[in-house]
Amino acid sequence: MIPAQPWLPMPLLSILLLAVWLMLQQSLALGQVLLGGFLAIVIPLLTRRFWEHQPTIKRPWLLVRYILRLLGDIIVANLEVSKLILDPRGRMQPAFIEYPLELEELFPITILASTITLTPGTVSANLRQDRRTLLIHVLDTDDIPATIDTIRERYERPLKEIFGC
Amino acid sequence: MIGFYNLMEGVIACLLIAGGAFAFIGSLGLTHLRDIYMRLHGPTKTTTLGVGCVLLASMLYFSLVGKGPSFQEMLITVFLFITAPVSAHLLAKSALHQKLPRDPRTRGEIEELAEDEEHEANGDRLP
Repeated sequence: MIPAQPWLPMPLLSILLLAVWLMLQQSLALGQVLLGGFLAIVIPLLTRRFWEHQPTIKRPWLLVRYILRLLGDIIVANLEVSKLILDPRGRMQPAFIEYPLELEELFPITILASTITLTPGTVSANLRQDRRTLLIHVLDTDDIPATIDTIRERYERPLKEIFGC
Repeated sequence: MIGFYNLMEGVIACLLIAGGAFAFIGSLGLTHLRDIYMRLHGPTKTTTLGVGCVLLASMLYFSLVGKGPSFQEMLITVFLFITAPVSAHLLAKSALHQKLPRDPRTRGEIEELAEDEEHEANGDRLP
């Protein structure tokens, strides 16, 4: 990891901005790299005050594994939800679940909530004020504790490891 | 003899059809499902994969036809995956805030919707 400097408060954000700029321009010309680099330094400096404290990513390789697993799960999720929608009998057992969070920082919680929305039959609906409970709507479940366990084991624990909290 | 380009053409066509099918099923979910919380599932999942398939097809096509690999579609996919859950979350949150009715089969009592039932029991529900 690159340490943060006074002129570079969020190195990861800067790298991301530069990468996005170059991909949008579809070129690696010197002029584009310079302009992208300039934007990547100026934008974080200007927006620094609006950012919450960012937790550091302790284990980037686990993050890569997490993203790959997520992509696989998104495909499975789609097939399952499609099957449920197309099922003419429409036997669905929807439920609201109160999911007790183990994560504490906002950024990992945001990632977890987005993951839950993108994966099989679950949509995150509300984060309670105390940040301890996430309300989840499940499209079809017959075993609520099992659903909570799956989310805990498959997504929340890896996120805890990635951010080391 | 089937050449490389014919094969890729087939792959691209399959991706386009799959993308269209997923987008269609997602929209079908909007009309078929019973309450707003269930309807949210359609657009958040099937539509992301639908658009993802179409973008993958576009990426393959323009990489083969145009000059060099094309990455802009990847950015669209990434932005979509970031924004779709956020908008779904906000929709669900506002639905809870408005205390929109849910399907009677839904299990789990939650405090966000509790007040509504209390009012109903007292018979002082707003028209």
